[in-house]
Amino acid sequence: MQEALRFLRPDAEPLDRTDFIEQARLARGGLRSPSRGLPLTIRGLRKSYGDNEVLRGIDLHIPAGQFVAVVGRSGCGKSTLLRLIAGLETIDAGSIGFGEAARPEDVRVMFQEPRLLPWARVLSNVEVGLGRDRASPDAQTRADQALTEVGLDDKRGQWPAVLSGGQKQRVALARALVSHPRVLAFDEPLGALDALTRISMQRLLERVWHDQAFTAILVTHDVSEAVALADRVLVIEDGRIAHDVHVDIPRPRRRGSADLAALEGSILRDLLQSADDTSDL
Amino acid sequence: MSLIESLPRVRRLRLPRADGLIPWIVPLAIVLVWQVASVTGFVPGRVLPAPSDVVLAGWKLLLSGELLRNIWVSFGRASVGFIIGGGIGFALGLANGLSQLSSKLTDTTLQMVRNIPHLALIPLVILWFGIDESAKLFLVALGVFFPIYLNTLHGIRSVDPQLIEMGRIYGMTDGELFRRVIFPGALSSIFVGVRFALGIMWLTLIVAETIAASSGLGYMAMQAREFMLIDVVVLSILIYALLGKLADSASRLLERLTLSWHPAFQKH
Repeated sequence: MQEALRFLRPDAEPLDRTDFIEQARLARGGLRSPSRGLPLTIRGLRKSYGDNEVLRGIDLHIPAGQFVAVVGRSGCGKSTLLRLIAGLETIDAGSIGFGEAARPEDVRVMFQEPRLLPWARVLSNVEVGLGRDRASPDAQTRADQALTEVGLDDKRGQWPAVLSGGQKQRVALARALVSHPRVLAFDEPLGALDALTRISMQRLLERVWHDQAFTAILVTHDVSEAVALADRVLVIEDGRIAHDVHVDIPRPRRRGSADLAALEGSILRDLLQSADDTSDL
Repeated sequence: MSLIESLPRVRRLRLPRADGLIPWIVPLAIVLVWQVASVTGFVPGRVLPAPSDVVLAGWKLLLSGELLRNIWVSFGRASVGFIIGGGIGFALGLANGLSQLSSKLTDTTLQMVRNIPHLALIPLVILWFGIDESAKLFLVALGVFFPIYLNTLHGIRSVDPQLIEMGRIYGMTDGELFRRVIFPGALSSIFVGVRFALGIMWLTLIVAETIAASSGLGYMAMQAREFMLIDVVVLSILIYALLGKLADSASRLLERLTLSWHPAFQKH
């Protein structure tokens, strides 16, 4: 698969005009709005399910507006960490703080499954994301804007059942974005998509993060995705942060570049080595 | 999924007008064969009257007003019984689907009662209510209660928990969660219950009216049997068939209107 993609990329990139413009916009860098994201501080975080201790003391500070990727083998606790940050599970010990009082609308999650309501049209699905503002008179306008942002404004009146997997996930992204969250947590949002859709979704994520300047936390099992998108990659092993890697490669990043590949290689080596140590692969 | 999606597509290939007529070809052919068999004397009139005689009997009863009155009485019983039994079944299905406590309290009892054939209660019901209206309403209500209860409960329990979690994350109140996630999710299952219940509704009513009644379609058929009016007997049976079809069509129409999001109900 990886081979096939490498083969496609050199042809695909110059043809994609909008993407080209996007790259240029990202290159101007200075245009990025001042961060509206919230910083995140985690101290001594622990979580167990029965006898199984999933998180064994996580200490972490994420500055406002940073894009952090969390990687690790399955069952290492990365999804649990995300669910705790999003407030979907209760904390056993330790604390998670957002610097200032965060409203519920400030923290949003996007899952691997789109989780759209099949009986609501695309636009009303996006309106769900407004939380308590659903009833406000400008709800529809805001939902429309969010749909335009993900490039699906022409699908506003469709049922989710007629959309493709990538389009459904874009609707889910619009729903997460519509309340202008200050922290956006992604739980393997691209895991179920095909390789080409993944790449265009990665670009979309990078663009909305750049435009809206929220703090992004991306849980993924794809190390190449992590190094392509994030400012910082956290490797979780056995419920602890084993490596904290800063990705100092300037944006826009060229997929398949030697820098990214080298970084990806070293993180993968760490992951595989620990797998050999515990020999449960 | 792919099968469900391909079904409407197959239907679309036919002309819309022909599409509406196709289901009626078989019933019409049966009536035609029946008429021919009766006219040629292959089937004696004492065994089965010709369709034309049945229509004639229907016309006479229509003119005397007896037919419409009896249909109206039966229809009234059916709908009142359906509303009472279906309403209670729906309410209990909701309660037991949404509340653990309510489910623990009542579900076992209901499952036990469910296994008693409700028509077996007829002797008891006659002793309790006599041959009054309430006896028939009770039986119909009891009959429609279970399919609606079970399917409502099943529908609510099988709503995707991921969608419920999503609703909570996006700050839906309990009321909103019910209105926007749980109820729409349970609706297709509830409709399955309604269609089962409609079948049971007619069945119960026919039995109740033939055994103990002084008006209604079942009573009309039993009276006709007393006087050997076989054409009227056949007429009542045919009217039951038509009313059953009518009730089923009504529930299908409702289904189509409320489940238009569902891939199986999409026209385009």
